Amino acid sequence: MHEMGIAMQIIEIAAASIPAEMKDAVVKKVNIKVGKLSAVVPSSLRFCFEIAAKDTRLSGAELDIEEIPVRARCRECRGEWTIHDPVFTCITCGSGSIDVISGRELDIASIEVQ
Amino acid sequence: MEIKVVRKVLDVNAKMAEQNRKLFAEKKVFVLNVMSSPGSGKTTTLQKSLTRLMPDLKCAVIVGDICTTNDADRLAVSGAPVVQINTDEFGGDCHLAAHVIEKAALDLDLDNIDLLIVENVGNLVCPAEFDIGEDARTVVLSVTEGEDKPVKYPLMFRECDSAILNKIDLLPYLDFDMDLVRKYIREVHPGMPIFEISAKTGEGFDPWLDWLKSLVLKKIR
Repeated sequence: MHEMGIAMQIIEIAAASIPAEMKDAVVKKVNIKVGKLSAVVPSSLRFCFEIAAKDTRLSGAELDIEEIPVRARCRECRGEWTIHDPVFTCITCGSGSIDVISGRELDIASIEVQ
Repeated sequence: MEIKVVRKVLDVNAKMAEQNRKLFAEKKVFVLNVMSSPGSGKTTTLQKSLTRLMPDLKCAVIVGDICTTNDADRLAVSGAPVVQINTDEFGGDCHLAAHVIEKAALDLDLDNIDLLIVENVGNLVCPAEFDIGEDARTVVLSVTEGEDKPVKYPLMFRECDSAILNKIDLLPYLDFDMDLVRKYIREVHPGMPIFEISAKTGEGFDPWLDWLKSLVLKKIR
């Protein structure tokens, strides 16, 4: 629901990441990582990004979204696994004492400029 | 040419949340972020909670809504200072962000507050994503909603420290399966305390208020 705000943040960070000496450069692509547990819908984000990028140095840029699976580690048996359904107990020993080690990402990895 | 950036998109919010957290630590104010879908009975729950907490704890409320001051008016009856945020001034947001809390806190006398409750915008999705500098988070779910809300909105139930199941006075008239909702909450967040209450009758408030009070006292002592 807040994809427009997220898209605007991405554009702001990406634009600020263009090296100062590359005055005429435009951003062709933004590579981001979105965890499956984050409250962001990739298709909505792409749609908002396209609109918000107009008249900026990212106009027409592609938003490449790498979706990161939800991975967990058990604090008891140290097992690691990928969570597909919203069940956060250890698949090996049944413990509820687990750490989510990936899946919450909402990160800009890199930009591709020209 | 590829340029590495490696930054969190919500960096600005995260930094602001840390600033808030520092300020609240200095001032010894415990901050509880209360979230739920619209109509779960958050405001009534808080109204009743404030009335019971106020003799012992100095409380204040920040309440977020897209429009109207209805909730603030209802909460002010408790005698606690209330700051209303209408998010339409900030673009009709679906959540409260850290900078909004920072601004609202300016209107409060933090030296005279033990517990600051933030009633977030009614929404089970977006508020879960935004750190506001709080100490604890509680999600309110009413039994007139579906039992499967915890598994439909796992982030919210993962991110919260306790869950309130409200409107239990209505259970005789509904097909709501309490065992099933408890099972779903435990699957999404094993070990999370669940408080079953009726904000209307006041039933079940003791364990919930004891939980909250013990957390507040730990911080402000």
